[in-house]
Amino acid sequence: MAETHNSETHNGPDDEGKRDFIHLAAGAAAAGAVGAVAWPLVAQMGKAADTLAAGSIEIDLTKVAEGQQLKMLWRGKPVFVRHRTAAEIAEAENTDISDCPDPQTDDERLVPDNAGNLRPEFLVMVGVCTHFGCVPVGEAGDFDGWYCPCHGSHYDTSGRIRKGPAPTNMAIPPYTYISENVIKVG
Amino acid sequence: MAGHPSTYEPQYAATKWLDQRLPIIRMGADFMTYPSPRNLNYWWTFGGILTLCLAVQIISGIILAMHYVPHVDLAFESVQRIRRDVPFGWLIQPMHAVGASMFFLAVYIHMFRGLYYGSYKAPREMVWLFGCVIYLLMMATGFLGYTLPWGQMSFWGATVITGFFGAVPVVGESLQQWLLGGYAVDNPTLNRFFALHYLLPFVIAAIVGLHVWAMHHAGQNNPIGITPKTKKDTVPFHPFYTVKDAFAVMVFLMIFAFFLFYLPDSLGHADNYIEADPMKTPPHIVPEWYFLPFYAILRAVPDKLAGILLMIAAIVVLFILPWLDTSKVRSMRFRPVARWFFLIFVVMCFILGWCGAGTPDDVAIKLGTKVVEGETVPSGLTFYRLSQIGTIYYFAYFLLILPILGMVETPRKRPDSITQSVLGDDAIVAAE
Repeated sequence: MAETHNSETHNGPDDEGKRDFIHLAAGAAAAGAVGAVAWPLVAQMGKAADTLAAGSIEIDLTKVAEGQQLKMLWRGKPVFVRHRTAAEIAEAENTDISDCPDPQTDDERLVPDNAGNLRPEFLVMVGVCTHFGCVPVGEAGDFDGWYCPCHGSHYDTSGRIRKGPAPTNMAIPPYTYISENVIKVG
Repeated sequence: MAGHPSTYEPQYAATKWLDQRLPIIRMGADFMTYPSPRNLNYWWTFGGILTLCLAVQIISGIILAMHYVPHVDLAFESVQRIRRDVPFGWLIQPMHAVGASMFFLAVYIHMFRGLYYGSYKAPREMVWLFGCVIYLLMMATGFLGYTLPWGQMSFWGATVITGFFGAVPVVGESLQQWLLGGYAVDNPTLNRFFALHYLLPFVIAAIVGLHVWAMHHAGQNNPIGITPKTKKDTVPFHPFYTVKDAFAVMVFLMIFAFFLFYLPDSLGHADNYIEADPMKTPPHIVPEWYFLPFYAILRAVPDKLAGILLMIAAIVVLFILPWLDTSKVRSMRFRPVARWFFLIFVVMCFILGWCGAGTPDDVAIKLGTKVVEGETVPSGLTFYRLSQIGTIYYFAYFLLILPILGMVETPRKRPDSITQSVLGDDAIVAAE
């Protein structure tokens, strides 16, 4: 105590430096403390553990007849499983992808089964328009694929964006063939 | 309250005691005796009407919160239960829903009033800025509240609007999922929307306090935009404008009551009577009428990010308006050219609203017919093209027309004072 009250050191140039240091240190500690308090308050809004855990679904492909589409809810969003007709597959494969806003071949949008073969008859994708997240309507639009009623995006039979405001193709979810005719999404 | 000496004299021992400690009665009394321009017309009554709207929404909203259940499995049912089973729920729920529309109706008239009479110009920039903040908060509150009944339009509206954040480069998806609390709009989203919808009206009330404070500090604008010069140019707020406001409020309440009792659902969308279904998007998704012009601007460009940026810019441009308009003349009564551009601006806002309600590829204005695949269909201006015209005019009005007109337009001669404009020259007064 006696030392800090020493008037000689109290006003000296050394003391200025000490004060600056104390100000900086106190400021840094306060900033750190504010950050430490703010982080949980911000992070609480993120995905909760149970939301993250609601992981995967299994889909039996034999339930989807040719020309039909199955819709399943996965992570709060619909997943489309489309059993495509030969005409639809041909249309998807014979597209000049240089015309597409998000160029991808039809094969790039498929996942090989356990034998390493592509199964072009089954198109699996997240049935959410990449514009603002509406669910597109099947067998509609200028390209015989899907049409989004919200803002008029047209997708082809491979789920690729062809016309309208959506920036990218409909997403392909992570999935694998767990047997000959059953896939696991997620 | 600049230049307004307090005339309040406490009468009783208790009020004298209070006046020395917390002059809250004095504040109210000064508010009532505030010298207002003597020439305010009925367009100036919407401030009072809006205060009433905010009170109606807060009171009816607190009551609804006592019966509402913010859970995806129960929310839709609980709102229907309020409508059917809760005593007077049939009155209070539509009062809140219709009240939101009435609130926006009044705020749009209030804003057009400010635009026409130049109420955003010096020294009232802070009044205008706080007004813009209130409008922004109203839009947020209206959107959050519309999600709560958990109908189809609630759900898909929330999906589309939160999708805007997904368009942010790089961090978009993380940001969107952070806001939603999940991969898609779901129970965590509904819960936080409810919490924020309850909070924001009180924030609005606080900003209204600043808005009125700034207005009393700078002084009210008036239909000729000329600052009051003498005591003869003003009248005390009470009883002159309390009575005028009260009359306008009664007329407004009659319109409110007409919708509330005879057409309670006409301003909403029928699809919101279908419970939210994440597997099925309604065939024609539209926002509430008060967001339609902005929705049209969003859809006026075929690019996701550009559409959102334009829509945000449509609001931002209001904030910078006081520094865009170069004319020193406040009231458009004395701006023979500007008033026509203003009129077109109002019409364009309605056209944008019409475009927002329409389907982009449909023909809005039929100019003829054409044959497509053997069928004769109407051809002409589509809603898409029309919304582009509207959007261009909307931005041109603020960014080109107002800045340039202020420099090239010759304003009409303005009266010397408010009193002269109201009573005419001395000769006219003498003749009467």
